[in-house]
Amino acid sequence: MTGEKPKSLRTHLPVVYPALMLCIFFIIPFGLMVAVSFFHREPGGFYIPGFEFTNYRNLYTALFGRTLLFSLYIAGLSAAVCVSIGFPFTYFITRMRRRAQVVWLVFLMSVLSLSEVIVGFAWSLLLSRTAGLSNLLVWFGLMDKPVAWYPGFTALLFGICYIAFPYTVLVLYPSLSRLDPALPEAAQTLGATPIKTFFTVIVGSLRNAIVASFVMVFVFTLGVYLLPQILGRPRHWTLSVLITDQAIYQTNMPMAASMAIFFMFVSLMLVLLTMVIGKGKQAKSA
Amino acid sequence: MADLTLEDIHKKFGSVIAAQDVNLDLPDGQFVCFLGPSGCGKTTLLRLIAGLENPTRGRILLGGQNITRTPAHKRNFGMVFQSLALFPHLTVGENVAYSLRVRHADKAAQHKRAAELLDLVQLSGFMDRHIAQLSGGQRQRVAIARALAIEPQLFLLDEPLSALDAKLRESMQLELRELQQRLGVTTILVTHDQREAMTMSDLVVVMGPDNRVHQVDSPLEIYRNPADTFVADFIGSSNLLEGSYSGSGEITIGEKRLVLEELPENLSSGTPVTVSVRPEDILVLPGAEEGNNRLHGTVAFVRDVGSSVEIYLNCNGVQIISQSTPKSRPEVRQGDKATAILPAAACVVLKS
Repeated sequence: MTGEKPKSLRTHLPVVYPALMLCIFFIIPFGLMVAVSFFHREPGGFYIPGFEFTNYRNLYTALFGRTLLFSLYIAGLSAAVCVSIGFPFTYFITRMRRRAQVVWLVFLMSVLSLSEVIVGFAWSLLLSRTAGLSNLLVWFGLMDKPVAWYPGFTALLFGICYIAFPYTVLVLYPSLSRLDPALPEAAQTLGATPIKTFFTVIVGSLRNAIVASFVMVFVFTLGVYLLPQILGRPRHWTLSVLITDQAIYQTNMPMAASMAIFFMFVSLMLVLLTMVIGKGKQAKSA
Repeated sequence: MADLTLEDIHKKFGSVIAAQDVNLDLPDGQFVCFLGPSGCGKTTLLRLIAGLENPTRGRILLGGQNITRTPAHKRNFGMVFQSLALFPHLTVGENVAYSLRVRHADKAAQHKRAAELLDLVQLSGFMDRHIAQLSGGQRQRVAIARALAIEPQLFLLDEPLSALDAKLRESMQLELRELQQRLGVTTILVTHDQREAMTMSDLVVVMGPDNRVHQVDSPLEIYRNPADTFVADFIGSSNLLEGSYSGSGEITIGEKRLVLEELPENLSSGTPVTVSVRPEDILVLPGAEEGNNRLHGTVAFVRDVGSSVEIYLNCNGVQIISQSTPKSRPEVRQGDKATAILPAAACVVLKS
């Protein structure tokens, strides 16, 4: 202990406002959702307060299981794609001159200002058969006839990665720009080729940042619900789409709430697991 | 066998000159110091030798072989960086064995070599420690061990001791010198600390703020016979007196005459010169004594720090500093008239 005097109310005053906002806009709505997930659904009506596990029992269906797995799969895959492209990309940005770095970062930020809807429809056009990129490849003589890459899994993966990529770079940028430039130089004087230096020293010493950005993109992409509907077929719909469907079109709030909470629980477990594995690896190499 | 030669090296970063007209011949097995103020290009020169930068012009030869365009990872030099650049995600042993790991040595050989080197730098038993658990001096030793793991042809050090406190720095200097002599590896150390350079090196390369090499010589020779005013001023403290050559081995300073033993050739009468005299060579006597090589003045200040006494004399506007031991301390006080004797052998004439 530092032996400080107990703080008076005045010293706590500055945190009252954020604490209040957190309470009003996060904790109370979340509590409401937890409560609703145990309420009884009135078919044709809304719901009546109660305490039953019916909603959670109803989750045990093939559709829910398949969608849950697909959601986790596409989130994990897009996180892997984003980090494996974003990490070398961010590394090259941080080695540029200051001015060039700023230009790149501003460009990435401006991508963030596009709404998910615009990005979704833009990609649906770009990947379509009639007006898409495949026409360009036909024109160059690389393909025989234009094909439709949309709607489908590829289109969905493209869309999600496009949205998540700027976040990946922004999360990786601080730790990569703080990397001591002497570290890769030292590796080179010790006989490591540039490729070997990249994997043994740069990736190695920034493992925590890589795990953090992977988790961030994973959690972020779990929440997309517009893109699967625009770019995917119904079998590419994620759990977020299913929850929206239950809540808005089926007016089954208790079911939607239980889905959301179960989904959150599973993803939280996965995130914790990832972090434990990341830590464990580090402890082993220590 | 592996003499290092720099031929006509120039290095520019954009329009900024980092090093120019560098011609050096560094013999095998010597401890060389690149000494100079910050921004003089000494680190750039070391990075050029390590292969981390490419010279704008000139050649680098090692044992007669041109290595100017050889990439850093093929040069087999060991380098200790100013920030040490230890790999934070690896253990002490893994750091030391890194150069063997990238050369695909087997695990047992890596472990054996790492243990040998940790013994060499007196860190036995630190093999499995984490870098974050070490003190500054211990990290220093790990960085040195790592650079020596492949028995490099050249051992390069970029101000590695500057982050240590004064006591530790002095003992590391001696240790490093002893290690170099034991291994016989050609070593280049970059420093801005002239005491450090004098302690360790066989050969000192003095670089100036104009990014050129001013003098290459043994430490004592540089101290005794500085090549120019910059070197005289930078290496230790020196009294620099402006005067002019008056012919027949004499130099006039104000109204006084200095008779010198050695003079540069081709000096014509009336040429302005600078004379450098080290403070410890100047003798101070009370009162005004006439004769050659004697300057008269008043004592402006006496700095007595116990181990040495410095006397500041004001001789008609020229400040002369004399240093003596407490035993041979002249009997003068502040405000007294005194005479400074500048022995002929101690006066060095410099190019102005």
